[in-house]
Amino acid sequence: MSDISKMLGDTVNRLFSDRVTPELLTAAEEGVWPGALWKAVEEAGLTLPLVSEQRGGVGCDWLDARVVLHGAGQYAAPIPLAETILAGWLLDRAGIEPPMGPMSIACAAPGAGLHLFRDADGWRLDGVCPRVPWGDAAAHLVVVEEAEGAVRVALVARGDYHAEPGLNMAREPRDIVRFENAPAAACNMAAGLPANAVTLYGALIRSVQIGGALERTLQESVKYANDRIQFGKPIGKFQAVQQSLAQLADEVAACGAAGTAACAAVDKSLHSNNSADVWLRIAAAKARTGEGAGRGASIAHQTHGAFGFTYEHVLHFATRRLWSWRAEFGTGDVWAAELGSRVVEIGADNLWETMTATD
Amino acid sequence: MQTFSFDPVEMPPAAAKLRLEVRQFLTEHNAKRSALDRSQSWSGTDPEFSRKMGEAGLIGMVWPKKYGGHERTSFERYVMLEEMLVAGAPVAAHWIADRQSGPLLLRFGTEEQRQKYLPHVAAGKMFFCIGMSEPDSGSDLASVRSRAVKVDGGYRITGRKIWTSGAHTAHVMLGLFRTGANPDGRQEGLTQFLIDLRTVDGTDLKAKNNILVRPIRSLLGEYHFNEVVFEDSFVPDSAVVGKADNGWSQVMSELAFERSGPERYLSCIQLILEMIRELAINPTPAGLAAVGRLVAHLSTLRQMSVSVAAKLNAGLDPALEGSIVKDLGAVFEQETPTIAQAIFNVEPRTGKDASNLEQVLAFLMQNSVSYSMRGGTREILRGIIARGLGLR
Repeated sequence: MSDISKMLGDTVNRLFSDRVTPELLTAAEEGVWPGALWKAVEEAGLTLPLVSEQRGGVGCDWLDARVVLHGAGQYAAPIPLAETILAGWLLDRAGIEPPMGPMSIACAAPGAGLHLFRDADGWRLDGVCPRVPWGDAAAHLVVVEEAEGAVRVALVARGDYHAEPGLNMAREPRDIVRFENAPAAACNMAAGLPANAVTLYGALIRSVQIGGALERTLQESVKYANDRIQFGKPIGKFQAVQQSLAQLADEVAACGAAGTAACAAVDKSLHSNNSADVWLRIAAAKARTGEGAGRGASIAHQTHGAFGFTYEHVLHFATRRLWSWRAEFGTGDVWAAELGSRVVEIGADNLWETMTATD
Repeated sequence: MQTFSFDPVEMPPAAAKLRLEVRQFLTEHNAKRSALDRSQSWSGTDPEFSRKMGEAGLIGMVWPKKYGGHERTSFERYVMLEEMLVAGAPVAAHWIADRQSGPLLLRFGTEEQRQKYLPHVAAGKMFFCIGMSEPDSGSDLASVRSRAVKVDGGYRITGRKIWTSGAHTAHVMLGLFRTGANPDGRQEGLTQFLIDLRTVDGTDLKAKNNILVRPIRSLLGEYHFNEVVFEDSFVPDSAVVGKADNGWSQVMSELAFERSGPERYLSCIQLILEMIRELAINPTPAGLAAVGRLVAHLSTLRQMSVSVAAKLNAGLDPALEGSIVKDLGAVFEQETPTIAQAIFNVEPRTGKDASNLEQVLAFLMQNSVSYSMRGGTREILRGIIARGLGLR
């Protein structure tokens, strides 16, 4: 792990363990924007790790930023931190200097598209994006669309689109966003991004966040198993409980590794321009974490018994996110099916060569 | 709670170069094997193939040159292993000597022992087997009862070892025997011995020394492992490995090599490849989703296993990470035949008229039940993980 990763990790742990309290999480679920938390995160320099220094960011790679994404998942931080990190990176790829404040990313429903067009004053946008994370709370949205044969990244300010509030199962904002002749505050072509960049990299940030949330369920479960006394001893002393918590640790390890491998693949592709591997690793990560999220959440709940079923216990802040995040930007099963199609295209005789090509 | 990490690893350029060399070697020497033979994976035995690997410098790759080794990095060895496994090459004959007995002798053996054994192992001409488990000592290895009694010039050993893979093809057994005064000594008072199993100039040294090797057939009807019975068999003092009565800690260090290698998740790779071949002809949505999921697991396990290899290479002790890889790997390998059965309307069967998919499915459906036992049972591994979590 690099020095910058360690530094980011320390900052994330200190800041979130102090500030992301059950009270703050409850208030956020009731619709209160945690402005002080956002301000602290922004002042600590956690919001733009992937933006180059010349454009006001930190200039880290994805493996470093992974630590922040993981922490955002682990502490269930009720702010669009992962979304802002991705939005900033997309802007940076297009040579656009990111604005301060919370950002998010938007994409049209599968099969539909956004219409990005040019008039005398510049680029404009038409279309509808369902379930945009923090679409209403964000100060800016970033979209990626094909226009005139190229991939363009556009930045739109909050005042220039409409947002209808909605929620996911973890009561995080997921809003319907309407662009009606909306002017882009900035718009540029970007090299090396696919037209579905928001979905693909959205799957990546959720995969890493799932790894973080799973780690939280393990920490809570181990703590509970060591504290809860039944039949005269902590339930963690029973082999049945130990064996199932070992399986939870397996899932934490595998999901963490899958997200990490995908981040490493993105970093590598930026140096080598091999983007095929990025797709494979992100697809594998979302397929693997989508599966691990469900298995991990159920072991954590089984360990916690009835207490984990209450709103009062913090476990559900992690597990409801796991159940929501595994579906966002494509379920694990959808990614697995696409990966399967790709693997059959590659063919049995070339699969291993493909898997080892970027070592 | 102990933390665990699986950091990504950058393989050195030499590893990529070696990969191509190994692929070339396999094209030359492994192209004709059937799909069923390939699915034997690292239990496929072919002394001639081992000898060719030795000639090509693919055994003892990380050992010093003065013992016949090639002083390569452990990443290069890792690459060799995974290429062999994916190609389904018959690597069993030299497998144990290369993976654990050789490294153990390098660490604890005398100079004389290293000179005597390692160059022959690296040449692919000398094979080892491991005498640890006994009829009443499986997971509870510290309960072994086979004894070695000190006599003039050596020891007399008596007892039974079981599940000894390849005792019938190996030249040497590395066996664990109780030497301490206390018969209930548990971890104390155990000693490792090098026991000669060769036939020299027509004389079977086993028979001559009251060592009986009895086959144990697996449920497939195949013969890989044995029961080995010793009755007052003599081993000289020079056969003691490391320190007398220090066998336990030596054996534990040996097991660390055993848990996280590519053989812990690639044992069913031939079936995955057959599934892909079948889907190329007749793609079904359920089949594509199932294969995609398996490849997502495969890709993740590989990253984890390589990461543990890097830690071993750096001299760290990733016992917890290794146990996690082996536990996940065995679950993955064991579910593969069940998933294949669920998505294809085929019957697992052998015989000349059976398809490759049917034959490989039949073999792995039966064989894979052993994957969560060999090298540490699932329950033992999960116990190690639970200890790492601070529950024990």
